[in-house]
Amino acid sequence: MQLSRSARIALRVAAGFGFVVIYVPLLLVLVNSLNPDRSASWPPSGLTLHWWSVAWDNSGARAALWTSVKAGLGATAIALALGTLIAFAVARHRFFGRDAISFVVVLPIALPGIVTGIALNSAFSTVLEPLGVGLGLFTVVVGHATFCIVVVFNNVVARLRRTSGSYEEAAMDLGANTFRAFADVTFPLVRSALFAGGLLAFALSFDEIVVTTFTAGPGVETLPIWIFNNMTRPQQAPVVNVVAAVLVLLSVIPIYVAQRLSADTATGSRV
Amino acid sequence: MALITRTAGALHRRPRLRLTLLLTAPLLWLAVLYLGSLSVLFVSAFWTTNSFTSEVVKVWSTDNFHELFTVPVFRQVILRSVGVALAVTALCAVIAFPLAFYTARVAKPKWRPLLVVAILTPLWASYLVKVYAWRLILSEGGLADWMLKPFGLSGPGYGLTAAVLTLTYLWLPYMILPIHTALEQLPANLLDASADLGARGWRTFRSVVLPMVLPSVAAGSVFTFSLSLGDYITVQIVGGKTQLIGNLVYSNIELNLPMAAALGTVPVVVIVLYLLAMRRTGALSSL
Repeated sequence: MQLSRSARIALRVAAGFGFVVIYVPLLLVLVNSLNPDRSASWPPSGLTLHWWSVAWDNSGARAALWTSVKAGLGATAIALALGTLIAFAVARHRFFGRDAISFVVVLPIALPGIVTGIALNSAFSTVLEPLGVGLGLFTVVVGHATFCIVVVFNNVVARLRRTSGSYEEAAMDLGANTFRAFADVTFPLVRSALFAGGLLAFALSFDEIVVTTFTAGPGVETLPIWIFNNMTRPQQAPVVNVVAAVLVLLSVIPIYVAQRLSADTATGSRV
Repeated sequence: MALITRTAGALHRRPRLRLTLLLTAPLLWLAVLYLGSLSVLFVSAFWTTNSFTSEVVKVWSTDNFHELFTVPVFRQVILRSVGVALAVTALCAVIAFPLAFYTARVAKPKWRPLLVVAILTPLWASYLVKVYAWRLILSEGGLADWMLKPFGLSGPGYGLTAAVLTLTYLWLPYMILPIHTALEQLPANLLDASADLGARGWRTFRSVVLPMVLPSVAAGSVFTFSLSLGDYITVQIVGGKTQLIGNLVYSNIELNLPMAAALGTVPVVVIVLYLLAMRRTGALSSL
């Protein structure tokens, strides 16, 4: 398409503005973690690493980080198992209700988090509490796994659709049984999709706050909950700044690895 | 060993058995646990609460839904929430379109993959951190105030505007990506044909590019609209006293769960209606 010179320049300026809008807030979080003051007034009066060392010793933030990692790993493990099972069923079999399954998988992430949150909350309190099991880390893992299934499913099903079943048939013609064909042929084919899906599921769980609010027991504080609870406390502001900066830096890793790993990691594959 | 071989053979001969084994666990999880709790929640929207004890009374009534439409506060908040979601969607589209046009068709081809990654990276930055960033920007004496000071203005502070800006920032990548993909896949010969027929840049844009990209804008809007409509955390952090549907649901959970459930059905119904409307544009097939 032939664009006039002025149109090109206008587009460049608009795009530049767009990228500024996208990146300035994140850069601000990074700079603000070096801000010696407790307030967020701009420009900062100086730069210091003091709050980084204070944050390093903050036991609340550390405990919350550890809780988030445990919840994320648990949810990812369950999501990997269930998401892969559904992906194989949907990609390799024809059956009644196949489209409905793809729909149900997306539902937990398509509905507002608060709806999923209170639905699970009241289910847990009616079913689990009579059994003597209260809300806790376990219920957080269950809640997170529910909406993480979709990212694993999306990644694995995309991979399975691109690789036809004929590889497995060839393996079986050569004498491999079902398990052998899976271990030697199918699994290596989907391994990187599994890894990418798992990584995205972990990132999704690590970041989640709404469902967590309704499924976490009294003593369970994930990192997002910790940030939310401490955000409005002026005393804690510098530590929150540092934790936020760390999260910005960490978020580059999963996207980078996932991009390298699998070309069909659907770009915005949260849905 | 023999057992393994026998099991493998049995599985191979019975695809139905294989399918059952594959689907039992996931269906128990999603259909029983998840859909089960969802349905109980929506049924409970038709129950009421004892106003003295806050205990749920399981008697069928449509009072909650009646209240939704008659109590002025509820009506206002629902309209405001839909308005916010629409405003966020419009802002996202306005910012995303030129950006996507640049990354898909103007930038040098070798830079394009890098630009896509540059759009994607912040998508995976923590939701809460992004909201927090806007809390910093809009705080008193913060970046917004500092930038507007030379013009004799001050930032919007925390409130409805802040909520719209923050939500726009949060969901912007969901709008950029589908538009970028659509623009990238636009066949160059269509544009050439349009030019051969005498159309200048603007005419080609209006008559060829826009109609072909519109379904993708609609696809992106599904995300920006539904994510904005369900959000309540952002409003709590940067919205000042502003209330959206999510906040009403949240504030009713403790004392009146059936009312919270009834309020919770509102965004779900609105989102479903929006999806149905967008399906007519062909947006859903390009998701």
